[in-house]
Amino acid sequence: MNFSEVFKLSGLLCKFSPDGKYLLRITVWSLCTKSVSYIKYPKACQQGVSFTRDGRYMALAERRDCQDHVSVFVCSDWQLLRHFDTETQDLAGIEWAPNGCVLAVWDTCLEYKVLLYSLDGRLLSAYCAYEWSLGVKSVAWSPSSQFLAIGSYDGKVRILNHVTWKMITEFGHPATISNPKIVVYKEAEKTPRLAPGRLAFPPPRAAAGVASPAETKYEIASVPVSLQTLKPVADRANPKIGIGALAFSPDSYFLATRSDSVPNAVWIWDIQKLRLFVVLEQLSPVRSFQWDPQQPRLAICTGGGKVYLWSPAGCVSVQVPGEGDFQVLSLCWHLNGDSLALLSKDHFCLCFLETEDRVGTAFGRPGDHT
Amino acid sequence: MGEWMTVTDPDLSSESKNICQYTSETKMSPSSLYSQQVLCSSIPLSKNVHSFFSAFCTEENIEQSVSYLDQELTTFGFPSLYEESKGKDTKRELNIVAVLNCMNELLVLQRKNLLAQENVETQNLKLGSDMDHLQNCYAKLKEQLETSRREMIGLQERDRQLQCKNRNLHQLLKNEKDEVQKLQNIIASRATQYNHDMKRKEREYNKLKERLHQLVMNKKDKKIAMEVLNYVGRADGKRGSWRTGKTEASFFLRNEDEMYKILLNDYEYRQKQILMENAELKKVLQQMKKEMISLLSPQKQKPRERADDSTGTVISDAEEDAGELSRESMWDLSCETVREQLTNSIRKQWRILKSHVEKLDNQVSKVHLEGFNDEDVISRQDHEQETEKLELEIQQCKEMIKTQQQLLQQLATACDDDTTSLLRDCYLLEEKERLKEEWSLFREQKKNFEKERRSFTEAAIRLGLERKAFEEERASWLKQQFLNMTTFDHQNSENMKLFSAFSGSSDRDSLTMHSRPRQKKPQNMSNGSPVCTSKLTKSLPASPSTSDFCQTRSCASEHSSVNVLNITPEETKPNQVGRECANQKWSMASRPESQEGCYSGCSLTYTNSHVEKDDLP
Repeated sequence: MNFSEVFKLSGLLCKFSPDGKYLLRITVWSLCTKSVSYIKYPKACQQGVSFTRDGRYMALAERRDCQDHVSVFVCSDWQLLRHFDTETQDLAGIEWAPNGCVLAVWDTCLEYKVLLYSLDGRLLSAYCAYEWSLGVKSVAWSPSSQFLAIGSYDGKVRILNHVTWKMITEFGHPATISNPKIVVYKEAEKTPRLAPGRLAFPPPRAAAGVASPAETKYEIASVPVSLQTLKPVADRANPKIGIGALAFSPDSYFLATRSDSVPNAVWIWDIQKLRLFVVLEQLSPVRSFQWDPQQPRLAICTGGGKVYLWSPAGCVSVQVPGEGDFQVLSLCWHLNGDSLALLSKDHFCLCFLETEDRVGTAFGRPGDHT
Repeated sequence: MGEWMTVTDPDLSSESKNICQYTSETKMSPSSLYSQQVLCSSIPLSKNVHSFFSAFCTEENIEQSVSYLDQELTTFGFPSLYEESKGKDTKRELNIVAVLNCMNELLVLQRKNLLAQENVETQNLKLGSDMDHLQNCYAKLKEQLETSRREMIGLQERDRQLQCKNRNLHQLLKNEKDEVQKLQNIIASRATQYNHDMKRKEREYNKLKERLHQLVMNKKDKKIAMEVLNYVGRADGKRGSWRTGKTEASFFLRNEDEMYKILLNDYEYRQKQILMENAELKKVLQQMKKEMISLLSPQKQKPRERADDSTGTVISDAEEDAGELSRESMWDLSCETVREQLTNSIRKQWRILKSHVEKLDNQVSKVHLEGFNDEDVISRQDHEQETEKLELEIQQCKEMIKTQQQLLQQLATACDDDTTSLLRDCYLLEEKERLKEEWSLFREQKKNFEKERRSFTEAAIRLGLERKAFEEERASWLKQQFLNMTTFDHQNSENMKLFSAFSGSSDRDSLTMHSRPRQKKPQNMSNGSPVCTSKLTKSLPASPSTSDFCQTRSCASEHSSVNVLNITPEETKPNQVGRECANQKWSMASRPESQEGCYSGCSLTYTNSHVEKDDLP
């Protein structure tokens, strides 16, 4: 039995999991009425299921007879509300807008196609930026449902507006930044200050295995700045180019992106002015980032032992305390924005943010990685 | 002349031939040489005159030569050399006159001919030189023509080459485009092929999966299912089935309704937002339009000369816009026509504004370019003069400041020199003198004030006396009245006392009668103050007139003035404000000097303030 993915919880105490490798169907377990329901032919794609924010509706991508369909269910009684087919070659993902009225559907990366469907199944608009090159890599809605950000393999983010569903701007991710209005934070190691005079003799042997993590801080680099780029291998599949991650801040003022060809940097765009605001360059590739659900504060983790926080007031790098090596592989904010869960391979750590900007941490029990 | 030549001497002919030779040879030679040679050619004629004449006519053949000459001359149109014959047979005699005339004529002719010859020769020279010149020009032009022809050929060659290149490049471009198109077609076809293959494979895969599932399901172990922890079992051990699929129509409709409601709400919300935005933008546009009109209209009134159509349109626009505005405000809808009108009018205004700004720019640039007008020159000169003046002033001020700073420094630094002490003394003397002056002023003022005070006090005294008299009269009149009246309540006896306290010695009776008392109790007022205060605590049902009267009475009282003045305003509760104020005035004016009442009180306040001022320095 394979539990392949964890799906988002809807508000109604339902949990989904694909049911085994034998018959791919979705089993809906209701924990309150102790009953089961099956949904056939779900599509096992990157993001085949999407719940609306209020948990009222669920959209499911299906594929039957080589044709993609989308089914919309009412979560209260799991009734099929709408079922329509999409004009995609191979549907890669679906996502509801936060206002629950528009569903964005995007095609496989071999074709750039984003379709927008209304709640009742009508096609509102189709968007295609270019043909033949690799297409959409990531998609994100702004929390106010005003904007849809589409990150593609050509290294650009295109923003559509909700009134006309046409592109209002596109953001490129060049490796060199020369505009002096942009602040570039570079993570740099704090060099340990040696005591003036003689060094200790014999020189202390570094503790075997565990390298003491160096303290790092952010420095402001002066433009022009050139960022570390990664040259992608041209003849392999899934090249490391394009916009791999997109996230809007909760007030829709900022958009954080990561370009896979510049993997160490997080780009933060000001949506009010539609231009680049800040670039954060880390020492190692950025694994994931997430915005605080309450305020424009971004938490970044790179797989090292630190978590990085950025807000318009500034940015800080925080070492996760604890014995041994705690490698932050992913993170997750609490809904009230006061605490942050940092997850490593088999541990997790809760980080509390105090109001006086002091960050405290609490270690979680070693247990199953949830 | 030709015949002559043949008959006569071969030398002459040779000379004439020489002449001809000379003329032919001297085509290219300079004209002066040529003319010399002509003259030279003419000279031999004179030398050979004698020989020439001797050759023609000798002593033997005179008659023959004369007849011959006569023949020749007559043929040339000259008159005959012979005299007119009288008879046929007689000899004709030579007419000498005729001969001389003929000779003269011949000489004249000769001269004319020579002149003509000269002219012809000079003309010939000129023409020759002209010919030379023209030939030179011709040669040069020929050369130029050659070179330009060569150039043209070269350029044509280049042009041809470039056109070739251009064609080649176009061709290349076309080839590339064709290639790109081909590749795109290839990609498209491959994509379709790929999709088709994918679909086929997918179908195969699904079929295989189904078959596999069937095969496996037959041998399925029951333990392969999920481990269900904490199994929440039902009573009958079965799983409940969810109510999906077998739904009632109402559920379905309800869901549909909810869905549409949600959609409609969202649309309405969005439309509201958009309408609000529209309204704001319209407001902004209208404001802009108004401002633009106001900007343009006062300026357009001045240059009537530039009565373009634009001015007319502006005014007409303004009128139109005014009408539009009223209409728009009434409607405030997003009608197509209204929107168009608004945008068009704004565009018009903007264009007018732009053209106006451009005109201004041009004017400014013209002023710069055209250089100096007289006005400009003068203004600039004035400007420069003024700046010079200002600079001078600035310098002077700076120097002054420096000197002052130096002086201050000198003052600040403590020197033991005599000069500094002298200086100090000087300053002190100055100050002393100033002080003296001020003191004298003050003394004068003081004297004046005292005079005034005295006069005021005298006036107050007089007033007081007059008042006393008046009151005495009044009192007597009232007395009479009261005497006529019947008995009153004795409750007012206290009031009586109060009023008596106020009154002076002589007038107490009148007071008491005035304020409804009966008893006339003369009391001593001189120690009045505590008495007064105690009496005043009781409420006085005094009418305004009586209260005023009391005030004036107390004012009038001389010996009790001081004590009266010490009455605090707090104890005059039911009194009116005016009375309180009066009391306060009195408290202010409590000084041993004062002996009068409120009028003096006023003057007292006045004098007080002045006295205080005197104390200040």
